Amino acid sequence: MTDQPLLLSGAAFWKSFRRNRIALAGLIMLALALFAAVFAPVIAPYDPAASVEITIDSIYARPSAAHLLGTDDAGKDVLSNFIYGSRVSLTVGIFASFISIVIGGTLGIVAGYLGGRTERVIMRFTDIMLVIPDLPLTVVIVAITKPRLLNIILVIGLIGWTTTARLVRAQTLSIKERKFVLRARSIGAGHFHILRRHIFPLVLPLLVVNSVLIISLAILNESTLSFLGLSDPTVVSWGQMLNYAFERGAMSSRAWWVLVTPGFGIVWLVLGFTLLGHGLEQVLNPRTEWHHLTDHPLMVSLPAFPETHP
Amino acid sequence: MTTPTTSAPLLAVRDLSIDFITPDRPPAHAVSRVSFTLQPGEAMGLVGESGCGKTTLSLALLRLLPPQGRIVNGSVQFNGRELLALAEPEMADIRWRHMAMIFQGAMNALNPVVTVGSQIGEAIHRHYPFMSPPEVAARVAELLDMVGILGARADQYPHQYSGGMRQRAMIAMALACSPEIVIADEPTTALDVMIQAQILDLLDNLRRHLGLAVIFVTHDLGVVAELCDKVLVMYGGVTAEYADVDTIYNSPRHPYTQELLKAFPDLSKPQAALNSIPGYPPRPDALPTGCRFHPRCPLVFDRCRTDQPALLSVSPVWSSQQSSGYAGTANSKRSGEVRPTHLASCHLVENDK
Repeated sequence: MTDQPLLLSGAAFWKSFRRNRIALAGLIMLALALFAAVFAPVIAPYDPAASVEITIDSIYARPSAAHLLGTDDAGKDVLSNFIYGSRVSLTVGIFASFISIVIGGTLGIVAGYLGGRTERVIMRFTDIMLVIPDLPLTVVIVAITKPRLLNIILVIGLIGWTTTARLVRAQTLSIKERKFVLRARSIGAGHFHILRRHIFPLVLPLLVVNSVLIISLAILNESTLSFLGLSDPTVVSWGQMLNYAFERGAMSSRAWWVLVTPGFGIVWLVLGFTLLGHGLEQVLNPRTEWHHLTDHPLMVSLPAFPETHP
Repeated sequence: MTTPTTSAPLLAVRDLSIDFITPDRPPAHAVSRVSFTLQPGEAMGLVGESGCGKTTLSLALLRLLPPQGRIVNGSVQFNGRELLALAEPEMADIRWRHMAMIFQGAMNALNPVVTVGSQIGEAIHRHYPFMSPPEVAARVAELLDMVGILGARADQYPHQYSGGMRQRAMIAMALACSPEIVIADEPTTALDVMIQAQILDLLDNLRRHLGLAVIFVTHDLGVVAELCDKVLVMYGGVTAEYADVDTIYNSPRHPYTQELLKAFPDLSKPQAALNSIPGYPPRPDALPTGCRFHPRCPLVFDRCRTDQPALLSVSPVWSSQQSSGYAGTANSKRSGEVRPTHLASCHLVENDK
């Protein structure tokens, strides 16, 4: 039975979390990125917004003591751009996924709990949103609404909620059949009370894990849009750096540092969030843990055919 | 407990029928024309094998049937008020305030992520919205104390409770709003024998102290013999037999009741082999023609296969003759009373007349 509480207390959570190396690695990666984003003005050697005088030598200059990661096509310091770029990725990732989670969570929980016509309408709408290819839709909307940071956040957030809605609905369907919901109803509790008090706390772990994974999707979406030229021109972002590098001959100039640096940043953040998400899933949902059955030599004898083992 | 049967009943159920509706299928008759009355402070046993409609019937009394379940006929009157005619908000006010339920399987009926105390407080808060949080907490502590749990354990989660304690907590929850009727749906299933006895003692004590009317839904005839004043034996969704507890045990008239009693170990005769009734209760969507018990009945004859027997009053003469040998036994607490109702739905009862 799944009768241990799904939400652990703070101390118990941290104890279990600390043992999980995957989650810890993700957390450290994200902490570094967050640190860079918050203290960008302190860490970055140059201000990306400041104008620089360009000479033929300062365009695509190789990494040197003055510019640790070289310069880009406008003679600007790549390292500084890289550090400032983390701000956009994190902002878009966190806020857009927040919008997605709120919309998807609400629709999923309402559809699953109420059932009937409400559910059919919501889920058909979700299906329609799900089959529309995300990228062309996002490109069209951002192009129409002007590529400002706020617009990008809204568009990514308003499109990315479908998987969350489906997951939450499925979980709600199973929770609402449990007997304590019937008991709450017989006590006289209203729908809102039952949803808030008895169903939401059991959906929450799923929502937490899902939101972390949705953040990395949102970051990738933002980078894609920027790479396609739909970035807010007033702020530096990694996708935008890639876009400029790609369009302005970084390849033919063999300026690998302009391409590798922002790419590395995107991979770093997405990997960090993915690792944290998987780790959190293992911590919050003990049933996904299987290593305690197989890792310990004293507990289980080795399987006869190791290659068939999961 | 010796309330005269002439007073107005607390709960009067008449001809209650419940169907389960599934699309593209004929409705399944889960409960058909069940009637009974419950006096204040009275304990009734609702007995039958699994799948006889006991839980469906008790959920219907509170109007908590799943969406497929429909009450198609009958009436449920609480203190003279027709519950089936009430709007849902009015019914929600009656539930728990006047008629509460102890659900089958205490673990599943408690939310694992909410403390036991606040789950009990939930009911109080719903029905007495003006009580302040400290008052609710005090009431929760009082309720837990009543069922023998330390008040300090209100802040613990269900997994920190043992099975028996969870069942006690469920009882405390049912008593939260001082209801007049408590429906206990198999309150001792999945508990070990010692704990079962404790829980039943507790329920019986509380019933006597608080003047509760209790409906025990169970398949344990021992529980019924010890705690109940009268018994409703259900089979395949219909009333097989309905009488006071002495009559049911001493002169059962329906073959199903007789077989059920034979299947129950008699400690005074250690050599007797236990009986079982071959076969299973009918599925509500595939009921046999005629008497619903006829495929398993040892006394079956032709008419049982075609005609459904009516629920008939058993003649008192027969009953008194049969039970004369038991006069003065512990259970004959109703000796000075008017003749209690004894109903059975069997063609054999008719033949006696």
